[in-house]
Amino acid sequence: MALFGKTKADVDAADKKTLGRGVFRKCDVCGVTLRAEDFTANHEVCPECGHHYRLSGEAWAELLLDPGSFEERDLGILSRDPLEFTDSKRYPDRLVASRKKTGLEDAMMVGEGTMAGRPVQLGAFLFRFMGGSMGSVVGEKITRMFERGTEKKQPVILLSASGGARMQEGILSLMQMAKTVAALRRLREEANQPFISVLLNPTTGGVAASFALLGDVNIAEPQALIGFAGPRVIENTIRQKLPAGFQRSEFLLEHGMVDIIAERSAMRPTISRILSHLLG
Amino acid sequence: MAHLEFEKPIVELEERIRELKVYGIRDRGMGGEISKLEERVVELQAEIYGGLTIWQKVQLSRHPDRPYFLDYVERIFDDVVELHGDRAYADDAAIVAGFATFEGRSVAVIGHQKGRTTKEKVRRNFGMAHPEGYRKAMRVMELAGRFGRPVLTFIDTPGAYPGIGAEERGQSEAIGASIALMSGLRSPILATVIGEGGSGGALALGVANRVLMLEFATYSVITPEGCASILWRDGALAPKAAEQLKLLAPDALRLGVVDGVIDEPRGGAHREPDEAAAALKDAIRRELTELERMSPDELIADRYAKFRAIGVTEG
Repeated sequence: MALFGKTKADVDAADKKTLGRGVFRKCDVCGVTLRAEDFTANHEVCPECGHHYRLSGEAWAELLLDPGSFEERDLGILSRDPLEFTDSKRYPDRLVASRKKTGLEDAMMVGEGTMAGRPVQLGAFLFRFMGGSMGSVVGEKITRMFERGTEKKQPVILLSASGGARMQEGILSLMQMAKTVAALRRLREEANQPFISVLLNPTTGGVAASFALLGDVNIAEPQALIGFAGPRVIENTIRQKLPAGFQRSEFLLEHGMVDIIAERSAMRPTISRILSHLLG
Repeated sequence: MAHLEFEKPIVELEERIRELKVYGIRDRGMGGEISKLEERVVELQAEIYGGLTIWQKVQLSRHPDRPYFLDYVERIFDDVVELHGDRAYADDAAIVAGFATFEGRSVAVIGHQKGRTTKEKVRRNFGMAHPEGYRKAMRVMELAGRFGRPVLTFIDTPGAYPGIGAEERGQSEAIGASIALMSGLRSPILATVIGEGGSGGALALGVANRVLMLEFATYSVITPEGCASILWRDGALAPKAAEQLKLLAPDALRLGVVDGVIDEPRGGAHREPDEAAAALKDAIRRELTELERMSPDELIADRYAKFRAIGVTEG
């Protein structure tokens, strides 16, 4: 499920206030103050301690794909409110507020482009929009991306960063897990194309328990929180403190759940080499 | 017999009638008293069962006397052979899987199993499976697919278990892999939510050609308790969360998530387990007869189309 609590270090880089008229920026993890452009040039990774801050969807497309090759698809698909869900706000009001705050339509960006000249389908969760939670829109866009990959016989790369299924769309959100995974199965069985799953911080709940851990190759960023149940839920269930590093990328590598941990700067060459090995 | 708070007036009155019948059945005066009480029970039932709140229905889905998977298996199937273990780590008693005959044909039966006694509850982990439970289910589904045997799943879980071992052994991967396997299986699949349909742990057995729900079962992305603790940091507000989640059978039907709702005996399946099982058996026969007409490729395409269509968007 979507977690709304953020630790200080998890605050979105895009929300960050820079110091001294936007010239300097302080790392929340190691405390170093550097020129803001040093963070930007390093793809939102602290040059000093290596902490990976969040990157926007566009910045990911720029980082991974050939310059100018990315074209976004399936824009203009919007959520409705089939449950008439209200917590502290009505869901439609929450959607409007999230759109206004982030400038995004929902929590998923999909599109196509080339990577080292090879046509690929690329998708990225947009965590800033309601914690990257997966409802009908996110599920629909991912499904269409897998279907496009199947039809065009192209590999699919999906960057996950999500608290899980979107509670406000209830059971319909749960069903997006089945819809997306069924489309992924077709990519494999009918088009024999690889699915590269990139796991960012955090990938939990219904997103972890559907396609995210089903990559032909699973690649995680360092220190990303990846798991089925959130740490707080587990602590409340077993009534004990969790060990340090539990559910972090390194823990998953040790337990055989991810293939590779790649720093952001190594992500493009890592994916590109795997695709070359598989597809020539 | 355990009973819920709102059932109390009915259960107490029924108890009273039973006692009167045992001690004074031939007494003429008593006879009049009994028929008056019986009328009152009927009134009370109409009043209480006719006006159940959402939360009371959620409580019925978790009723301590509610028939569990194996209660239905013994009433509906013959020649049951249970298969154990995931061939990698353990045998998870929270999921029971095997083969059985249903009116002359062999089928795979797979379901979550809760425990009745305290000891059994612990052994079955309250129906909350670990990854090895889903992997056992997958083994049996795969086997059924190879031999063209229909797969019948029975869903009744608060959710997949959230614990250290479950995470270490890949709870996420196990659920995702089970969803993927079901979506491509070459046999007919019929899933029935018989109690609690809790989140990913339920869906891991739920990717079927036809999905049915018992009248007082629930199907939800999160438990009302979990939802309340996220939204309002207070699990005690679960009844309020239950109203928001639209987790009852008629809701799931309206949203296109299930294909049919099986009526339960008045007051819930626990009041007349045999009757509940007979209704479930009829539904299985009906659905299976239709699904058996489809080829493996048609079954896979049918399942794809079914889930492909779920979701509400505009634009």
